[in-house]
Amino acid sequence: MSLTILTVDDSRMMREMLAMTLREAGFNVVQAEDGLDGLDVLSRTEPDVIITDINMPRMDGFGFIESVRREQRHRATPILVLSTESDAEKKGRARSAGATGWIVKPFNSESLIGAIRRVSA
Amino acid sequence: MDPMDAIKATYFQECDELLADLEQGLLTLDASEGDGDTINAVFRAVHSVKGGAGAFGFEALVAFAHVFETALDAMRSGKLEPDGDALKLMLRASDVLADFVQAAKGQGVVDEVRAQGIAEELAALTDHGAGPRVSEPAPASDGGDDDWGFTPLKFEIDEPVSAGGWLLVMTPTSAMYAKGHDAAFFLREIERLSSCETALDLSNLPDLDALSPEESYLSWRLRIPGDVAETTIREVFDFVGDDCSVELTRFGAPAPAAAPPAPPIDFEALLGAVRGEPAAAGAPQVNEAHEERGANGADKVSAKPAALGGATIRVDLERVDRMIDLVGELVINQAMLAQRVGESGLARSSTVAIGLDELEQLTREIQDSVMAIRAQPVKSVFQRMPRLVREIAGSTGKQVRLVMEGEGTEVDKTVIERLSDPITHMLRNAIDHGLESPQDRAAVGKPEEGVVRLAALHRSGRIVIEVTDDGKGIDRQRVREIAIKKGLVASDAALTDEEVDNLIFLPGFSTASTVSNISGRGVGMDVVKRSIQALGGRIAITSEPGKGSVFTLSLPLTLAVLDGMVVRVGEQTLVAPLTTIIETLRPKADEVRRLGPRGAVLAVRGGHVPLIDIGVALGWRTTPIDPTIGVVLLVESEVGGRAALVVDAIQGQRQVVIKSLEANYQRVDAIAAATILGDGRVALILDVDVVLDGRSLDRPDNLLLAQAS
Repeated sequence: MSLTILTVDDSRMMREMLAMTLREAGFNVVQAEDGLDGLDVLSRTEPDVIITDINMPRMDGFGFIESVRREQRHRATPILVLSTESDAEKKGRARSAGATGWIVKPFNSESLIGAIRRVSA
Repeated sequence: MDPMDAIKATYFQECDELLADLEQGLLTLDASEGDGDTINAVFRAVHSVKGGAGAFGFEALVAFAHVFETALDAMRSGKLEPDGDALKLMLRASDVLADFVQAAKGQGVVDEVRAQGIAEELAALTDHGAGPRVSEPAPASDGGDDDWGFTPLKFEIDEPVSAGGWLLVMTPTSAMYAKGHDAAFFLREIERLSSCETALDLSNLPDLDALSPEESYLSWRLRIPGDVAETTIREVFDFVGDDCSVELTRFGAPAPAAAPPAPPIDFEALLGAVRGEPAAAGAPQVNEAHEERGANGADKVSAKPAALGGATIRVDLERVDRMIDLVGELVINQAMLAQRVGESGLARSSTVAIGLDELEQLTREIQDSVMAIRAQPVKSVFQRMPRLVREIAGSTGKQVRLVMEGEGTEVDKTVIERLSDPITHMLRNAIDHGLESPQDRAAVGKPEEGVVRLAALHRSGRIVIEVTDDGKGIDRQRVREIAIKKGLVASDAALTDEEVDNLIFLPGFSTASTVSNISGRGVGMDVVKRSIQALGGRIAITSEPGKGSVFTLSLPLTLAVLDGMVVRVGEQTLVAPLTTIIETLRPKADEVRRLGPRGAVLAVRGGHVPLIDIGVALGWRTTPIDPTIGVVLLVESEVGGRAALVVDAIQGQRQVVIKSLEANYQRVDAIAAATILGDGRVALILDVDVVLDGRSLDRPDNLLLAQAS
């Protein structure tokens, strides 16, 4: 049974790229366009890992992570942040919101899959 | 297509949308209508362009977007005021960013000097706005800054491999588990690096009654062979930060002696035990999760359609066009069938006739739906205009504010594509010839900034584009002089103001005394007029000296179908567009009045309109018929002129599929196109405006002499 990954990103191109990379690696992929949409998708799917962008309309990545952690059944779901930002302050903020790991865009397939492996059963 | 190419195509498509959003957002801010959300959206647009560009290695684009983004970030965090100057600069920066995107597409090149200049201005903006930015490292000196594209290089100096290797003490805190980490995963990762010996330290584990399921009590000691690099081991933990204490020491070196040697333990058994720990802690959660899922059951159903609401598919235009063609044929076929059935003498109440009525209804609906597929808002054309206006304003030294209205107005895709050039010319003309220089404006008491309004609206089945400027209006005296000098009109011609204004559409007319590099690109208003006419459109101008001018361009919403009145003129069947017809009537003899030796007018509701015999106007007969015997169509042209067209008889009203006469034969004056009627015969579609125009300007010979007596 392959793992299901939820990706949350407002960029269509990034979603396509993630979907392609992850599906090639044998994962199931579900996608959302921003934080609110992500929560909506979460209400009907149970991903094994969540990958989220930070800068998004309606609800950004920080808000999304905090909301996910507040939900009982997702409090231990690994959440990877995928962002172009790489400064320590942003990383720290994401970590305190409850993020499990951080991947810097642009990503390559190896680093992405590696990060997923490191946080998932 | 290669998947990466497909993604790149998506990226560029997305860039176009983002750039449009960016510009729109900046314009909103410039008009002081934006708020924090607008600034955020603008920032995000640049950020996303940059993010995607990195994925494809468009370095120049990334570098410029980064500088732009930094300035926007300062604005977002309140360090930089979104005032006029900053926003004007950012608008120019958005133009350059668009150029970079084009260049990345392989279309066009970036003006490096301009880009460099704007990048420097943007950088200066943040320096002034925020004071010295300590957090911004100097680009040249700091090689470790990710944002400048450097990846820190890690050197691993070969250390002598000691016999003992590494001792790793790993003590997670409860905060680590709260972020979705699992100690077992770290053990697994370390094991991937090398085989190792692992010991579980249970010394902190309290008795069961004191045990909190959320607390972290366990610690692990690992012996890792010395040939594994320190950085490689540390990398395993780089996500966790302070949430897990990691002590890494050289085993056998002086320092780690404090750690008691761990008894060797079977790894598999240990891992099994470790896996049990989070499961036990998570046990109550499982139940809650089930309950929650039950409660969310209703949401599941309602949430799904919402997510699908905005779903779209992309279809090849060719397929849609093929479908439109086929539906057009279907409409003709259906009409023919209806006519045959009518001729066969079946009663209107017969099941066949009723079935046919239903078929007609359906055919119409299909046709409307298919046409709607091609309809698009004019926004795609309009959104290119602010930049154009900025550039024209920049090169003419005029101050211009562009106001756009009705961007959501929908029109057929082919029409949209062809709107771009005429609008461009009209805007150029309005700024270059219409608006005065800021000094001249100030001198006559107008605000220095001129306003150009670009509006789209639907009017009687056509799309109307208006370009209004508040400039000096047309200098009629000058226009007249030039027209006479160039031999376009006779020196003693008596022309109304409106006629003078419209002289600028004559071929070979140009009012600018110096040919500027904007309007004077060899394309005059005559070319604009001709290209619009080729689309079945018209252009007109009204002007008020000192107040400004309005260019009005109108085009049919679609180039495929038309509601028409089928009329007979002599032996010919003609179709008059229904949108031009105000009413039809049979005039009484005393309503027809002679006017001059050859003209005649019809009295309608207290006013008088000229009578035109269509047969004569089109040259099918030399003697007009008696209007009291025929039927009169009271029509109105695009510019508001009215006339009474005399035809022999009205045959009915129907929707016709337009077949281009130009494509199949050649352009014919006063005929807009042709169509195929239900009986298979070809009928010509009348161009009412040309017929009315012909009366007033070009062809006085065709003026009807109504035989009222």
